[in-house]
Amino acid sequence: METSQAVATGDTFAAQSFELTRWRKVALVLQRVPIFPLLILATLIFTAAAADFLAPHNPEVGNLRYRYRPPVWQDKGSWEYVLGTDHMGRDILSRLIFGARISLLVGVTASIFAGTLGTTLGIMSGFRGGWVDQVIMRLTDAWLALPGVTFAILFAVLMQPGKWNIILILGLVYWTRYARVIRGEVLSLKERDYVRLATVAGCSRAKIMWTHILPNVANSAIVIATLQIGVSIITEATLSFLGVGVAPPEPAWGLMLAEGKSGLMAGYWWLSVLPGLCIMLVVLAANLLGDWFRVWSDPQLRQL
Amino acid sequence: MQGYIIRRVLYAIVSLILLSITIFSLVRITGDPAVLMAEPGAKEEDLQAIRREFGLDKPIVLQYFVFAKNLLKGDFGKSIYYRIPALDLYIQRLPASILLATVAMTISLLIGIPVGIFSAVRVNTWFDNFGKIFAILGLSLPSFWVGLILILTLSVYLNWLPSSGAESWKSLIMPAFSLGWVFTAAHMRLARSAMLEVLGSEYIKLARIKGLSERLVILKHAFKNAVIPVLTLAGINLVLMVNVAVVVESVFAWPGVGRLLFEGISFRDFPVVQTTLLMGGVMFVGVNLIVDILYAYIDPRIRYGN
Repeated sequence: METSQAVATGDTFAAQSFELTRWRKVALVLQRVPIFPLLILATLIFTAAAADFLAPHNPEVGNLRYRYRPPVWQDKGSWEYVLGTDHMGRDILSRLIFGARISLLVGVTASIFAGTLGTTLGIMSGFRGGWVDQVIMRLTDAWLALPGVTFAILFAVLMQPGKWNIILILGLVYWTRYARVIRGEVLSLKERDYVRLATVAGCSRAKIMWTHILPNVANSAIVIATLQIGVSIITEATLSFLGVGVAPPEPAWGLMLAEGKSGLMAGYWWLSVLPGLCIMLVVLAANLLGDWFRVWSDPQLRQL
Repeated sequence: MQGYIIRRVLYAIVSLILLSITIFSLVRITGDPAVLMAEPGAKEEDLQAIRREFGLDKPIVLQYFVFAKNLLKGDFGKSIYYRIPALDLYIQRLPASILLATVAMTISLLIGIPVGIFSAVRVNTWFDNFGKIFAILGLSLPSFWVGLILILTLSVYLNWLPSSGAESWKSLIMPAFSLGWVFTAAHMRLARSAMLEVLGSEYIKLARIKGLSERLVILKHAFKNAVIPVLTLAGINLVLMVNVAVVVESVFAWPGVGRLLFEGISFRDFPVVQTTLLMGGVMFVGVNLIVDILYAYIDPRIRYGN
């Protein structure tokens, strides 16, 4: 009687402690989820989605009578234009809100485009080997011979400005990073037993690449894509700043910086400081999230 | 070793050929190259003359060979705006860019290496955390925004430094800081991880077991080996700096090749744009080649592997 009870309590204790550790693990994961970047990105997504309702004014049409109004907390500021107005009397807050839409669109779509292109080429290169590999890798080398920004400028000078072209350009410029990394992983994956087994079982090459290789490289591709969002947003801002990116009067943050530059010497600080802060916060959030995801998806780094 | 060098040189040449093909085809896919090379509003006869001069009336493959031959002869076309050969313009502007990049690099190394090394020595302390935050901020801030903020504070409000131009050494400070900012963060990260790796190695353990003071272990044994990868990267980054300075140089009106590229873009001066980008590619491939060969010279495993 005594012994069985002891055993029973021992069992419950064991079960309880198992439950505890499981809950502790969940709690640990939750603790490690990066609240700050997720909060910023959630705000960005919300702002971009609800821009039409949130923005108090039309972002592209201004009132020339109200040029260079300072933000509300400065002298001559008013609640009408909370963050001030620019050289054409357009509301800065509304432009920032609609700018979120462009940055998000460009950052995410360009990363997905570059990721799809680079992952496909990387898998082909690694799996097929031979001349396919040689061609793709030499092409990657040639692509990497120019720094990304410079390459993007070349594309942008030749194409008409506009956000869809920018997405196309960023995708065409930044696929190489995926191709390199993914190819390296595929080289080791294709020697694994399960891939050989699939070959023996008569799977077609396309089937093996799609169902056996792709899921195993998806993690790396997503990590690079997350880190790439920040790079894409900064490159878009750079192109817009140089006048070959998003076309005016669209409210892209980089374009706002370029337009604000002329008001800088006169002390109209809000024109340059505010869009830059937005870029910084979003890129920072994307980088932090990417770093977190890289560590989280790699058991060797996770140490949980 | 010889075989390795020959292979590397061949790769570099293939890279450059592919780069020239890429630029060549891009120009032809996106529009009429004659229009790009001519002045805005040029007459049909002028366009014809340009087509003859650059062989644009010949078959496409032949056109590429004419293009490549001209490049090899150093004929990159004439600047539409300045009316002198684009390559001469580039060479005129290059010293200013190299000066800016060198100062920016010095700043980034002088800050990046000590902070990175010290972060690794005091790993997971408040200093290390501060360093991590600084590094991720550095990688998240666009360099031109850093430039604008510097102008706003140091020129507009405090009136300490000139906001643009290249009159004195004072004009160099702000562009160098904005350009060096991102690289400082990158060098810091690398120095930190290299130092962490060195500190975990056997010979550092041995030095400690020998009873050397911590100061001596770090300064004499660990520091040197941790700095090597940073300096290697710095060589490549110096060339990268010359090529990505376009935004910083245009913010501060610094008369380097970046500013030249910006002018080329603004004036629709395509020969200038093409020259700047191609020369950037040549420099970049060249430096990578040199680094590869130096690496192979130092490390036999690279020479014989692969």
